[in-house]
Amino acid sequence: MAKITLDNLAHSYLPNPTSEDDFALKELNHDWNDGAAYALLGASGCGKSTLLNIISGLLYPSQGRILFDGQDVTNAPTAERNIAQVFQFPVVYDTMTVQDNLAFPLRNRGHDETYVAGRVQEIAKMIGMEDMLRKKARGLTADAKQKISLGRGMVRKDVNALLFDEPLTVIDPHMKWELRTQLKSLHHEFGHTMIYVTHDQTEALTFADKVVVMHDGRVVQIGTPEELFERPEHTFVGYFIGSPGMNVLPVDVDGATAHIGGVDIPLSGGYSSLSGKVELGIRPEFVRLSATDGLPVKVKRIEDVGRHKIVRLDFFGHDINAIAGEDDVVTADMSHVIFDPSHANVYVDDWRVVPDQSHTIEEAA
Amino acid sequence: MTLELSGVSKVVEGQTHIYPTDLTLEKGTMNVLLGPTLSGKTSLMRLMAGLDVPATGKIIWQGKDVTGQRVQDRKVAMVYQQFINYPSMTVYDNIASPMKLMGIDRAEIDRRVRDTAELMKLTPMLDRKPLELSGGQQQRCALARALVKNAGLVLLDEPLANLDYKLREELRIEIPKIFEESGSIFVYATTEPEEALLLGGNTATLWEGRVTQFGHTPKVYRQPVDATTARVFSDPPMNFLPITKTGLQLSFGNDQSRQAKGRLADLPDGRYTAGFRPNHLEIGQHATDAMAFTTRLTVTELTGSETFVHLDHHGERWVGLIHGVHDLKLGEDLTVWLDPRHVYLFDELGKMIAPATYALAA
Repeated sequence: MAKITLDNLAHSYLPNPTSEDDFALKELNHDWNDGAAYALLGASGCGKSTLLNIISGLLYPSQGRILFDGQDVTNAPTAERNIAQVFQFPVVYDTMTVQDNLAFPLRNRGHDETYVAGRVQEIAKMIGMEDMLRKKARGLTADAKQKISLGRGMVRKDVNALLFDEPLTVIDPHMKWELRTQLKSLHHEFGHTMIYVTHDQTEALTFADKVVVMHDGRVVQIGTPEELFERPEHTFVGYFIGSPGMNVLPVDVDGATAHIGGVDIPLSGGYSSLSGKVELGIRPEFVRLSATDGLPVKVKRIEDVGRHKIVRLDFFGHDINAIAGEDDVVTADMSHVIFDPSHANVYVDDWRVVPDQSHTIEEAA
Repeated sequence: MTLELSGVSKVVEGQTHIYPTDLTLEKGTMNVLLGPTLSGKTSLMRLMAGLDVPATGKIIWQGKDVTGQRVQDRKVAMVYQQFINYPSMTVYDNIASPMKLMGIDRAEIDRRVRDTAELMKLTPMLDRKPLELSGGQQQRCALARALVKNAGLVLLDEPLANLDYKLREELRIEIPKIFEESGSIFVYATTEPEEALLLGGNTATLWEGRVTQFGHTPKVYRQPVDATTARVFSDPPMNFLPITKTGLQLSFGNDQSRQAKGRLADLPDGRYTAGFRPNHLEIGQHATDAMAFTTRLTVTELTGSETFVHLDHHGERWVGLIHGVHDLKLGEDLTVWLDPRHVYLFDELGKMIAPATYALAA
């Protein structure tokens, strides 16, 4: 296992990039800790596959270096990087048995057959294919073949890193949680450095210790699932994580109060003068409806999704959402909302601003 | 304008895909076909469209028997999971194509293309080719083409399944709005209970080629007629627990017992099954008469704002959906609470005997 360092890394698919917009992957400095599980999460086209391909050596970056345990591997081909990869679609040898498919990476490296047999048995148990070991891969379902790919990716203990590129795409929805979970427990057991690319928030948040959220070629936040939910560092994180995503409203901020449409929204901390595009972010989970107290809204639509209700509101011409409990009675005359100040975040040009401590203290004094 | 299926069935090579089904869809309604893969959703839609001829029964459209009539001769529009557009045509021409075939005059075509494009937020893309659009825009283009025909019957077969979840979220809000403006009969197939709830209208739950229940969507969700319907209309699936009734005592597994009240008191002694939804399992005691169950936590999963907990309760697999993001220790004991108001009662054959009391209030 290795620590992976991205040093001043950037990539453009154009021969002579001139501006930042020309870069599919914008400049990035980051250490992937030895033995940690990361997910790269973002919409299609955000640069996550570009980054993965640079780490695996399929793509040579326009700029910067990549180091495994401090050693520069930027020029090293994939084969020399000692990594295992699992792709979106299964890669198996059809004419081989399941057992031989799983054993292949070990035999390639000259491990003795006793070790190979033991290890194959272990992996087969983990992917639930102990009963199929003697079957030919040909004729198995796409599901089963992808499980073989996953098993083969994990069979070697001595790899520097394990890379997964949307590996559960072809897996039946009912099996996804099972495999996701197996990957996670495997990670706890063996401590591989793992990098997992996906556009699915549940997959990313379930699998990873740390989720790396990418948007428009840039890493916008690296955090635990709690951090991404509680304190999105960028408005994109607020939008992309959670369903529906965070409400974002243009406001003016003055000290510990945000203003919109002539009303005051109390904040949990003070901010010194902000310039640029100033916005308030509040998740629907922290917007509470009320008949009398708080800020004025109009109920446009109530969607009963079973376990809770999504209430679509008009707030000074902006669409916002609130989540109400299954048993909460929501009527069209619910004309006010209260934002929970401890979960309201302030953004300038899409980036979260930390409340100004000294300012708050000064105000209090 | 109604579509009526009367005793319609479909048999392929001796295998029954759809058992005899009666279903009446009214003008201006949204009708969801909800069921897992291979439950018969697409088969039923193809019968409605006239793409397949039923083995038995009749299909009546606006009072006329159209059984066996070719799809080309009926005003039907269909959108598939895999978005289909003409790649060499612009978005404008894609949307206009069905009207050109119908021989509608140019000015009228232009007006309808622009109105529909506006509704589907495609106005800035009218001159582009489908492959220059995102997946969501391509599917909106396919939807626009289906809507522009003013077909009396619009069939949507898992139209959002191939889109990522943020786009799905967006279109799920738009589709009911479009439908409200059109006045057509909409039929929408999906595997996802949440999608059915968001679309509202009526839902028919399907299981192994049978419609198990048809009615107002929230009512089917909260008052399922049987355990099969409850299972189909719950994601993750509903949890079940055996119950024994002896006199006025209801024993829930080996853990808990409660006094049978009201209608439950009148039930004959015997074995029953309690069903409850994952979101009604709680990791704290919120109701004073909530029942506590000791389980082992096998797996947790996180969505953006909720935590799924997979539990082992004496060998039964339960799933709980807990609000908020929780970091819980796997493999350890976890006590979960269940409010008796959230418990459905089924008999040994799976027929619902008593809905959860909360559902009657909702």
